[in-house]
Amino acid sequence: MDRAHTSSEPDTATDTGKPQSVFHRTSGDVPTQLPPLGPEMAPMWPPKRDLAMTLLFGIVVYTMPLWLQPFGAAYPDLMQRFAIYGIFAIGFNILFGLTGYLSFGHAAFLGVGSYTAVWSFKLLSLNVIPAIVCSTLMAGVFAVLIGYVSLRRSGIYFSILTLAFAQMCYNLAYSVLTPITNGETGLRVLSDDPRVVDSLFGTADMAVPRASIFGIEMAGMAGFWTCATCLMIAFIVALRITRSPFGMMLRGIKSNQTRMSYIGFNTRPYMLTAFVISGMYAGLAGGLLAVVDPLAGAERMQWTASGEVVLMTILGGAGTLIGPFIGAVIIKYFENIFSSLGDSALMDAFSFIPPAIEKWVVFAVSPFVGEGWHLTLGVLFMIVVIFLPGGLIEGFRRIGRLFRKGR
Amino acid sequence: MTKLIRPSRRRFLHGTALAGAALATPTFFTRGAWAQDFCNNPTGSTVTLGFNVPQTGPYAEEGKDELRAFELAVQHLNGEGDGGMMATFKPSNLTGNGVLGKKVEFVTGDTQTKSDAARASARRMIEKDKVIMVSGGSSSGVAVAVQSLCQEMGVVFMAGLTHSNDTTGKDKRRYGFRHFFNAYQSGVALGSVLAEAYGKDRRAYHLTADYTWGWTQEESIKNATEAQGWETAQAVRTPLGAGDFSQYLTPVLNSGADVLILNHYGGDMVNSLTQAVQFGMRDKQVNGKQFEIVVPLYSELMAEGAGENVKGIFGTSNWSWQLDNDGSKAFAKSFGQAYGRPPSQAAHTCYVQTLLYANAVETAGTFAPPEVIKALEGFEFDGMGNGPTLYRAEDHQCFKDVLVVKGNDNPTSQFDLLSVYKVVGRDEVTYDPSIFGGELGPYDGGTCAG
Amino acid sequence: MDAILLQILNGLDKGGAYALIALGLTLTFGTLGVVNFAHGALFMLGAFCVVGVQQLLTLAERVRDPSITFFEAYIEQPYLVSWFGDTGAMIIDWVIPISLLLAIPIMLLVGIVMERGLIRFFYKRPHAEQILVTFGLAIVLAEIIKGWFGANPIPVQPPEIVRGSADIAAWFGLDANLSYPWWRLIYLAASLLIIASVFAFLNLTTYGMVVRAGMADRETVQLLGINIQRRFTIVFGLAAVVAGLAGALYTGIQPPNYNIGMEFLVLSFVVVVVGGMGSLPGAVAAGFLLGMLQSFASLNEVKSLLPGIDQVIIYLVAVVVLLTRPRGLMGRKGVMEA
Repeated sequence: MDRAHTSSEPDTATDTGKPQSVFHRTSGDVPTQLPPLGPEMAPMWPPKRDLAMTLLFGIVVYTMPLWLQPFGAAYPDLMQRFAIYGIFAIGFNILFGLTGYLSFGHAAFLGVGSYTAVWSFKLLSLNVIPAIVCSTLMAGVFAVLIGYVSLRRSGIYFSILTLAFAQMCYNLAYSVLTPITNGETGLRVLSDDPRVVDSLFGTADMAVPRASIFGIEMAGMAGFWTCATCLMIAFIVALRITRSPFGMMLRGIKSNQTRMSYIGFNTRPYMLTAFVISGMYAGLAGGLLAVVDPLAGAERMQWTASGEVVLMTILGGAGTLIGPFIGAVIIKYFENIFSSLGDSALMDAFSFIPPAIEKWVVFAVSPFVGEGWHLTLGVLFMIVVIFLPGGLIEGFRRIGRLFRKGR
Repeated sequence: MTKLIRPSRRRFLHGTALAGAALATPTFFTRGAWAQDFCNNPTGSTVTLGFNVPQTGPYAEEGKDELRAFELAVQHLNGEGDGGMMATFKPSNLTGNGVLGKKVEFVTGDTQTKSDAARASARRMIEKDKVIMVSGGSSSGVAVAVQSLCQEMGVVFMAGLTHSNDTTGKDKRRYGFRHFFNAYQSGVALGSVLAEAYGKDRRAYHLTADYTWGWTQEESIKNATEAQGWETAQAVRTPLGAGDFSQYLTPVLNSGADVLILNHYGGDMVNSLTQAVQFGMRDKQVNGKQFEIVVPLYSELMAEGAGENVKGIFGTSNWSWQLDNDGSKAFAKSFGQAYGRPPSQAAHTCYVQTLLYANAVETAGTFAPPEVIKALEGFEFDGMGNGPTLYRAEDHQCFKDVLVVKGNDNPTSQFDLLSVYKVVGRDEVTYDPSIFGGELGPYDGGTCAG
Repeated sequence: MDAILLQILNGLDKGGAYALIALGLTLTFGTLGVVNFAHGALFMLGAFCVVGVQQLLTLAERVRDPSITFFEAYIEQPYLVSWFGDTGAMIIDWVIPISLLLAIPIMLLVGIVMERGLIRFFYKRPHAEQILVTFGLAIVLAEIIKGWFGANPIPVQPPEIVRGSADIAAWFGLDANLSYPWWRLIYLAASLLIIASVFAFLNLTTYGMVVRAGMADRETVQLLGINIQRRFTIVFGLAAVVAGLAGALYTGIQPPNYNIGMEFLVLSFVVVVVGGMGSLPGAVAAGFLLGMLQSFASLNEVKSLLPGIDQVIIYLVAVVVLLTRPRGLMGRKGVMEA
């Protein structure tokens, strides 16, 4: 390990400096490195810094409609997605970043959350609050079941167990469970759904049913404000968890589970708690997806979706608080904006260059945009991991260090 | 269907305005008459359409072809190129000068053939790019999902390739329109042809892609063939994207069935057909009869993927570039000249949908969706390659002739894989809209706040 | 009875394919300890070796197509056919066997370049980073292939004489309805042959034994003065060849498209883990076990009893195996656990 261990100089955006090995290896080339216990265990982050970080994060999140404008991303749907997948990735990081357990089936909880939220819209009420609560709880129940079984194994065996459960959920949701999930089309809210609670209050009659929170419909920006608020709450909770003794315990498990058990801790309940919390985050994200767009599709549970959140977390910086959110923003930005750029958009973008050169620039860039957005993403993954092993957060930290040196 | 277009105040106004011969006037009149706030009302000198097609994933090639057709349609609407079907389409109010005098522009998006991604991309077009209409797509799941989104947001959706009965059946929407035919029509068209070619005493074995489109097609084909006296030996569901179908094919050999019906599309169809042929099914004799394979929904691009294996195999198709009529020829010509290959049925449907939408706007004299929808509902037209066609008001399904196609035994070129075996008349494939249920929903109520 | 025999044969056939795909992965993943998400891409590259060779062989002069009158269309007349007539046609017919020979050096080169240029910097990095970089590489390779060959599946045919199916019952003089496609039988035989050669290489040659020693204890072997790095490069190349051959042979069963690697990625990881990390025989055994179970789970009788079982059987078996045997069927202690 050649990189400097940075946990002794706490950064505003991080809790541990460097991602640890996910699995243990035989070849003995990775020593289970002990983090310097002193600064790790002591509450070394002044609460002031956490407050500052939370405030800064809040400002960044709530001013998205402004600062995303120049990037062409300041429209409600994408900003909602940033917030929702931010929650998903932050929650995933509670498991992966803190404990080092790599789940490859987290999309199952996202899917369960979505289905639950839509069923809540259909059966209970179009109000957002019961939907979110139900979806979080239902994902929690699934997480208890899957986590209890999967956590009996560790390392790659754990990853494959979670993957297997998620794939089973996906395959069944697509086919046999169609009465519950509406299969390929996806579960939708229809105008003739019962909506027991709404009909009690006589508000069930709507031509185009839409989720709402006490009369404010979840279309457009209202949906974004809701998601942003949920993201802030999720972020603060994740921060509290990370800083709590429980969070310390989880990091202890990550650095050496055997030692934790030798000192007398039964690690299993801690792991299960982390797994369930992280599953509930995913459920919340899934529920919000259904809130802003009342349709739940089975693809949400496919392994590619589970892989996506893994990539988001690693890309941003696993084990950091803000990294996963950054990763989520970048991947969703590529998926939604880069995929829509065509040659004509490129021509506009490069119109400041003389036409003769412009043609070549457009020629060189066009394989990477539009239908080639996957290619850009792949190249980005490779560049980041080769040059910034700690994820993008590491890049920011390096820039920060440069500035500090300069001073 | 004698009335061509419902006479209406709107049409009357438009007509008189045209008589006035001042092109700007009708816009003025109508805008004044129906000036109301609706989603993405184009205020500048341009109007933007959103083309949502699969650019990644298994249908990427089909998406590419759809996009070519859209580009062509936009060119033709703006009066560029040779005009294609603009010349043969009648009755047409298209001017070749944009739509309502506004230059047509478009944005594209990637559906990834996933409902989620398709909706995200459609919402991006509506919220960010301010499109007035969304079109395209290559799967029924996506079409149904995007269609209900468009209803919620109050934007017209002109479906691309979608074949499930649900799109204009139980999941139909006021804001969604489908030009493509459906599984029910495939069944009716294919049933009689199969009975003619293979006899009435047959046992069919279905392999069905395990999702909604597969099920509706299985049901439709089953009903149609059983009405012809066939038996159904077994209907087996296969997981989507299985890749290797051998474990489902082996039981077919000993089931006593003598026809295999593959309710698959896209990559699944390419794989299951290729593998069924490898299992020697086409050389077998069962019950003293030649074993046959049927693929109810064909696509040219998939036929290319399956190569020689499609030879002699029956299926249905919405349209073929080899049809001998003016519209088809005009379109195949301008498409072929632009891209060096004939258009696929997916391309055709997308092209026609764009023109139909533009024409409905011209007819309504406004971009306001309720008026445009009313102009499309019950619209009867010709010259778009399928003969006289009706956009039925009750379910927004197009009614036109359905093609029964057969894999060509001796293709003369790489584009000549399928040949038209029979054209089944529109009357035969027309059905009562109530059999599939569903509710169109209101004309108003969609909002795209934000 | 016929149905059962056919299903057994089908299970063997699927198992052979699974085992072959897992074998390559277990060389890099189970023994070198690299989580190689680009393994599926190697499989796909192997398949596209065949497609590439096919396109080379069918390089054609374009003749104006007289049947299409309203735009310029061309018929392609392969040079090989116009120069050599039937011999040329026969060469084109034998495209898969020819490409198999070519795929070995090509994939070896690809594997070595990949290991030297990228993977070797990641042996000591966390697995999460290995996942990110190999997944990125897999996407890039797939997109390049898509850019060149398009997204549509490309039909490739096995040679004419093995295109149909073999009447197996007749071989044994049985009066049964038992026929199976030739190419699938060849695939089974080829996978057994490849698996056997890999085992022979690792177990019977001195070179292979040193490699195995290095996998078990890299440091000690290095202390003995052996350049284990180079041997690992060769092992990675070998894994690439195995994956590539699996892919190239598979083109005769399924027309390849650029995404075919991703379809097999998850499956191959499941097979390797069920077999047990670090165990080659385990991967092969798990391949055949899962193939057989999947084949039988797809029978109508089984499906009517347990709906949807054919879709989840692989994952269900993975869960059951991992819960009853903590390290898979034949896993070694301590490999990739934490």
